[in-house]
Amino acid sequence: MKSVGRLIAVCIALLSVSPTVRLSGQDTTAGKKVYVKWCAGCHGEDGKGDGPAAAYMLPRPRDFTGAVYQVRTTANGQLPTDGDLMRSIDDGLFGTAMPGWKTRLSDAERRDVLAYLKTFSSFFADTTQRPVALDFGREPGTDARSGRQFYDSIGCRKCHGDQGRGDGPSAPTLKDDAGFPIFAADLAQNWRFNGGGDVAAIYRRLRTGLDGTPMPSFSDLIDQKFLTADELWHLAQYVRSLSPPRPPELHDVIHAAAARGTLPAAPDDSAWNRVERSWFPLVGQVIHKSRWFTPAIAGVWVQALHDGRALALRITWDDRSQSPDSAWRPFTQRLLASVAGDDSTPPAAALWPDQLIVQFPTKIPEGMERPYFLMGAATQPVYQWRWTSAPRRAIAGLARGIERFDSLPAGSAPAAQAVYDHGQWRLVLTRALATPDTADDLQFRTGRAIPVAFFGQDGSNGEFGTRMAVSTWYFLALDQPTPPRVFVTPVVAIAVTLGLGLVLVRRAQQRGTRA
Amino acid sequence: MRALGMMVVAVVGVVGLAAAGRSSQAGGTVTGKVRFTGAKPLMAKIDMSDESVCKAKYTAPPTEETVVVNPNGTLANVFVYVDSGLPANYAAPAPTEDVVLDQNGCRYHPHVLGIRVGQKLAIKNSDGILHNIKAMGKLNRTFNVSQPTSMTTERVFTAREVMVPLECNVHGWMQAYLGVLPHPFFAVTGTDGSFSLKGLPPGTYTIKAWHEKYGTQVATVTVTAGGAKTQDFTFTAR
Repeated sequence: MKSVGRLIAVCIALLSVSPTVRLSGQDTTAGKKVYVKWCAGCHGEDGKGDGPAAAYMLPRPRDFTGAVYQVRTTANGQLPTDGDLMRSIDDGLFGTAMPGWKTRLSDAERRDVLAYLKTFSSFFADTTQRPVALDFGREPGTDARSGRQFYDSIGCRKCHGDQGRGDGPSAPTLKDDAGFPIFAADLAQNWRFNGGGDVAAIYRRLRTGLDGTPMPSFSDLIDQKFLTADELWHLAQYVRSLSPPRPPELHDVIHAAAARGTLPAAPDDSAWNRVERSWFPLVGQVIHKSRWFTPAIAGVWVQALHDGRALALRITWDDRSQSPDSAWRPFTQRLLASVAGDDSTPPAAALWPDQLIVQFPTKIPEGMERPYFLMGAATQPVYQWRWTSAPRRAIAGLARGIERFDSLPAGSAPAAQAVYDHGQWRLVLTRALATPDTADDLQFRTGRAIPVAFFGQDGSNGEFGTRMAVSTWYFLALDQPTPPRVFVTPVVAIAVTLGLGLVLVRRAQQRGTRA
Repeated sequence: MRALGMMVVAVVGVVGLAAAGRSSQAGGTVTGKVRFTGAKPLMAKIDMSDESVCKAKYTAPPTEETVVVNPNGTLANVFVYVDSGLPANYAAPAPTEDVVLDQNGCRYHPHVLGIRVGQKLAIKNSDGILHNIKAMGKLNRTFNVSQPTSMTTERVFTAREVMVPLECNVHGWMQAYLGVLPHPFFAVTGTDGSFSLKGLPPGTYTIKAWHEKYGTQVATVTVTAGGAKTQDFTFTAR
């Protein structure tokens, strides 16, 4: 019995020694070289998070001097473990500018740079405070419904909003520890969660908090028996349920199925529930001045239907504010003042509307050639639908480059219906496939790959003019209505095959009996 | 055995009390007022309409507390403390009683407070609605704790730091400032703008007065055994 105890003691001792062994393999001099080459551009030479690129980013790069880290397995306010830091270096921080380095740097380089960045803070020098990971236990069976009750009762909605899209009443006032504006996470986009989007990762964030941000820890609630660990797990399960089962995959082509019956013109018509949706990511417009580095709209979900006479596009996107909204105006001002841009002084915040633009060429191209994706050019315009939240309408026009838009008569514009619901816009644009102005308006045809692109603006995020989120060209394909022979041919083929088979079998049998 | 233990505790207690009494008798005192000159700034009203529980606790609309000028022309919420001058071997154990920070009516009470290194800060939620209490020290580790119900959270600060900002992110107007010191010689001015630092060992001290908007003022004061000194500070509107 005693020897077993001794064996366990030795094992524990070995386990606790092994990280030290690993630490001794770290080289801060080599780490500095890696740091200066790969990290200092954003995090700064002195690790203060103030490199040359930092001013263009929100959230800002980590300031290593405070040793305050968002994604940890340690208790709120504690230093991260080496494993925590290595995970962020390896995988990056989703939804931010921090990429993963696992494939770009060697194991030794990553270990060395980890050791080096710890030298920026004296907190790591105090070896009496060795960071210890919390015991997170095991996930119980799924009960997202009771998770929703805790979502309400512990006030998640205050920042994250009723449906979790980051549109809660406190959202416009949020700032990080350095005073920069910060968003409450859109819980319907778990692939952009800084520390990972699975249930276990969400549960860890609830227990540890995201230090340096407004997101607090809920561990004290368990310690004081206001909540059980299982109940907090259920909350994590509920949060997970707000996002799709898998991160959206990028497809190049939107298929507009041929609809039976009338096209659903209302955004919340239940007919849309049966239509396949495609995700198109948007990024900041960083080509043309004034460039925009911190767009609010991460992407759009697009669905399409046609009935041979008209096309209906349903575009759904998360937007934490229904702009213009005066409650967000101070946020807009703080954001414009925080993000570097092309203007010598940041523009004064105004009550800008939200905008969604759908772009097509003026004609379906015969070859692969398409107009310039960023709103065409003077010599080769593009045909656009521009929907705004105020005034609430859609117009059509020709863009000749990002700064020139000539609107077309109302007959060229699509009909528009939009709904704003708890941090999400749902918009349906409908237009006849053919219009009288065949020179300017795109004439939609079935069975062709029609280039399409999307642009979005969130006015409360300081997006106006050329400050916007953009996509590249994708394709829209209007499916051919299915001709009756498509259904008849397989039936005939099956019958013929069956008949021939029977004949063959019978002949073989006859031959057999004769023999 | 237990009786003996108790007796020892009692004796130590009595001796300790006597020592404390002697030291405060022998020590010097610095008292003063923090005056305010210039135009009194107008504090913005806080809109609590999203929090009916808090709003109901006020008869007049609450205002921000960045600058609180008293009717007698003095400035409240100034943290006055001994910055340096204590003997190198000066040591005083942190008191065992908690310092209480109360969240009531979606405001912190008090708005400015001091605490000893190692002493417990009891953060109380008297509103029963969601607050998060975030401490953003540079020398102390930060923390950010959710309090969605009536509860008390205790935290300890390990390093001297003047000041540690505290805030609630649910209610962006809620801010407090905490001075963490390894000795008991600090005070916060109240409704009469006065302060008093008692029981200082004889010596020459750098005394600082900190205000969240108007910054820090410094004075040098020499204290004799049993002596009393007056040291006023003046902050000017800007």
